Amino acid sequence: MGKLDGKVAVITGAASGMGRASAIRFAREGAAVIVTDLNEEGGSGTVAECKTLGGKAVFQRVDVSSEADIKGAVDRAVKEFGRLDIMFNNAGLGGATGPLEKVTRENWDRTMAILLGAVFLGIKYSVPELRKVGGGSIISTSSVGGLRGSGYLAAYCAAKAAVINLTQSAAIEYGHDHIRVNCICPGGVNTPLIYAGSKGGYEEAEKNMARMQPIPRAGRPEDIANMALFLASDEAEWITGTAMVVDGGMNTGNARFRLSNLANAGFSGPSYTRGS
Amino acid sequence: MGKLDGKVAVITGAASGIGRASAIRFAGEGAAVVIADLNSEGGEAAVRDCKEHGGRAVFQKTDVASEPEVKGLVDRAVKEFGRLDVIFNNAGLGGAVGTIEEITGDNWDRTLAILLKSVFLGMKYSVPEMRKLGGGSIISTASVAGLAGGRGPHAYSAAKAAVVNLTRSVALEVGKDRIRVNCICPGGINTPLIYNRLPGGRQVGEQFLAQLQAIPRAGHAEDIAAMALFLASDDSEWVTGQAMVVDGGLTAGGRLFGQDQQQRPTIPGGFAGPSFEKN
Amino acid sequence: MGRLDGKAAIITGAASGIGRATAVRFAGEGAAIVIADLNAEGGEASVRDCKENGGRAVFQKTNVALEEEIKAMVARAVKEFGRLDIIYNNAGIGGAVGPLEQITVEDWDRSQAVLLRGVFLGIKHSVPEMRKAGGGSIISTASIAGIRGFNGLHAYCAAKAGVVNLTRSASLEFAKDRIRVNCICPGGINTPILHRNMPGVKEAMEQWMAHGQPIQRAGHPEDIANMALFLASDDSEWVTGQAMVVDGGLTVGSQFLDQTAGGERPQTGIVPQGFMGPSFEK
Ligand SMILES: NC(=O)c1ccc[n+]([C@@H]2O[C@H](COP(=O)([O-])OP(=O)(O)OC[C@H]3O[C@@H](n4cnc5c(N)ncnc54)[C@H](O)[C@@H]3O)[C@@H](O)[C@H]2O)c1
Ligand SMILES: NC(=O)c1ccc[n+]([C@@H]2O[C@H](COP(=O)([O-])OP(=O)(O)OC[C@H]3O[C@@H](n4cnc5c(N)ncnc54)[C@H](O)[C@@H]3O)[C@@H](O)[C@H]2O)c1
Ligand SMILES: NC(=O)c1ccc[n+]([C@@H]2O[C@H](COP(=O)([O-])OP(=O)(O)OC[C@H]3O[C@@H](n4cnc5c(N)ncnc54)[C@H](O)[C@@H]3O)[C@@H](O)[C@H]2O)c1
Repeated sequence: MGKLDGKVAVITGAASGMGRASAIRFAREGAAVIVTDLNEEGGSGTVAECKTLGGKAVFQRVDVSSEADIKGAVDRAVKEFGRLDIMFNNAGLGGATGPLEKVTRENWDRTMAILLGAVFLGIKYSVPELRKVGGGSIISTSSVGGLRGSGYLAAYCAAKAAVINLTQSAAIEYGHDHIRVNCICPGGVNTPLIYAGSKGGYEEAEKNMARMQPIPRAGRPEDIANMALFLASDEAEWITGTAMVVDGGMNTGNARFRLSNLANAGFSGPSYTRGS
Repeated sequence: MGKLDGKVAVITGAASGIGRASAIRFAGEGAAVVIADLNSEGGEAAVRDCKEHGGRAVFQKTDVASEPEVKGLVDRAVKEFGRLDVIFNNAGLGGAVGTIEEITGDNWDRTLAILLKSVFLGMKYSVPEMRKLGGGSIISTASVAGLAGGRGPHAYSAAKAAVVNLTRSVALEVGKDRIRVNCICPGGINTPLIYNRLPGGRQVGEQFLAQLQAIPRAGHAEDIAAMALFLASDDSEWVTGQAMVVDGGLTAGGRLFGQDQQQRPTIPGGFAGPSFEKN
Repeated sequence: MGRLDGKAAIITGAASGIGRATAVRFAGEGAAIVIADLNAEGGEASVRDCKENGGRAVFQKTNVALEEEIKAMVARAVKEFGRLDIIYNNAGIGGAVGPLEQITVEDWDRSQAVLLRGVFLGIKHSVPEMRKAGGGSIISTASIAGIRGFNGLHAYCAAKAGVVNLTRSASLEFAKDRIRVNCICPGGINTPILHRNMPGVKEAMEQWMAHGQPIQRAGHPEDIANMALFLASDDSEWVTGQAMVVDGGLTVGSQFLDQTAGGERPQTGIVPQGFMGPSFEK
């Protein structure tokens, strides 16, 4: 018996990376999945894989910055499978990058539309359907970049932080409808978002990213899919308004300024006594 | 006119570093200060510094881990200056260091007594005096090590995190008495706590600490004293339960891509589109 | 000697509330100020208040949602006072309010344009001038709604959280230029954004808001102005990337067991004074 038997999910950005891994995981657990993305080729690939595993899936081309497209994705779920239980707002990209002064207003707006506006729309249009079935689970992909800043990625970080807070306020609003609203903050996950743009490709990224957090391996899309599955399932029935960090420990802190490096084991007394 | 005219402050760990700089700053703004520390020599020197800045000050030898001594400290302030408006629980040290397996139970207890119990005691004995005056300000030195892992030894980090949350719960309790409770989380500050243990001393500390955070200079005791002054003064009348970070940007985050914070951008300006589009 | 002597500052939303109180405070500490706001009448009144407090000030009509007007605002500071040391991105509105499903995309976008994009534009166009002056201080008004969710304030909450994290990422980028970037998260402040200048409402709010947080009085714009002054002055030379909460203790937590916020004694009676032993012991 699957953990999502009989449930219907919409996943955005499911042609690739975390969205794809989640679609496959959800399908394996018995959910019917609306695979949505801008990228039709990748999306069809995801659908094919879901089906190979015995799952139900259809592709719907969606630009998440378009209100009509998001509405269309929700409608498709209802038309195809009769209901909607899970909405996973995951599509994303780096957006406006580089020195903040050089970021144009157009690129700022595009970034906000795709990373933040899309989450708002996903919530807006899924809520009425979720309410009809007596509740549901809304999940969005934020980022550790939403918990702390990062130089040269200001628009991305601002949008992802906004997703976290939107998650909280929506959770408060829809708690009484049994609609849970949570987000996930991935750390460095080796997906095409990261390696498509780097010279050394997947292998090189895998090596570099292994060093970025206490657990010495790069994040995998499946790590995020596992958390999404948990949040989508009834196991998370009392969890709402949270930002779940899945980052191999990256956000825990850093080891750069370690007082313990300055002394051997023992007791470091008042500074005026000098020795240990 | 000073920002602390007529006020009386107790500062622990004021023989050195952050405590001493704060004592001098408070004295310059008109406060009478009780300098508390284990270290008498440094404490007496701090008293002289305060007097040179036009303030009143006395030294009280205190082990902040001892309940009778902390009580004695508060009594001294009242006896000497007639009241208590501000307490700055600041005394500290590195405490138990080493891996979790190496730390002994005894060293753990000593560390927690000096870094955490001391703050509890400072709050416990100052609140009744402040209530008599219709309000007051309690300030404690926590640390960025209390906000995230990896920035201090285990016992130290645990104690400082506890100070942050103790600050919050006590703030809720005494708000109605107009007693404000806040703490400060310094980043890497070049005080004897750091440089007395560095080969090369103060100068090396200055260079080493300059590289840790976004603002490319070491933190100075005066940076923390400035925040302590704000929290002690009436300027912060509606600020309570907070952990104020003064760290040159250390905890603001890092670069998601590329490690060196001060490095020039490797990410070109522009717009990173969907990953399937090649650009 | 004032704490901002010789410095030039821009304050947006300075025709009213927090922005106006800050302008008056900055002027008293020696700064020259560009009062920027949509509201010309209130803006001119703020200019007069600043002058009465011994400072220099001019009004520049500005809509912070428009890039051209932000540019003109920065240019005005430089033209008028020869430099720019401080910008306080403070203008704000409640924006789209109410149940999320009923928020239109247009209202969502309008909210973000003022509350989040306005801050981005303020940073973007002030940085080059601050760099010329060898450094500076950028301050923005976020909100406790940027660190906690509030029902019915979705667009506002999301935008203010964006401001908090934009503050952090921008602080990392500009630290090397000695430009510090911080924001303030006010709790409930009794300003026209809430009382809308309606007769009697301000006084009623004052009483009602007194019970909203551990410190039992309503927040005042001066409380925020004091923090803004600290962040604008050289006292905060090593403070960057921070979100400073000034909320009378509202977001500190809640009295979980034995007390109500504000410290009144037991509601539940669950927890006696003393020591809670192991649960198996009665
Ligand atoms: N990879 C990481 O390290 C990392 C870390 C933190 C957060 N995230 C977030 O995780 C989410 C998934 O990213 P990923 O790493 O799997 O990347 P990915 O590039 O592999 O997948 C993202 C998918 O979103 C699609 N997409 C982009 N813009 C779209 C639009 N306007 N409409 C519809 N689809 C669109 C892309 O075509 C792609 O298939 C994103 O929100 C991203 O910001 C990634
Ligand atoms: N220096 C930093 O980078 C840094 C960073 C974060 C937090 N802090 C904290 O700041 C506070 C002040 O430290 P500092 O950097 O000024 O160091 P410091 O060593 O210069 O000053 C600390 C003072 O505390 C006194 N002290 C220690 N144990 C005591 C005890 N049991 N009773 C009374 N006094 C005692 C010492 O004698 C000393 O004078 C400490 O709580 C420390 O943990 C420092
Ligand atoms: N009052 C509170 O309880 C509270 C709490 C948290 C945060 N804040 C924030 O504090 C800031 C100041 O608010 P306030 O309480 O002083 O309110 P206010 O209404 O008294 O002042 C806000 C000012 O901003 C101006 N403004 C609005 N939109 C503008 C635009 N597009 N361009 C230029 N000016 C514009 C208004 O004309 C007004 O003068 C806002 O950002 C608000 O979100 C207020």
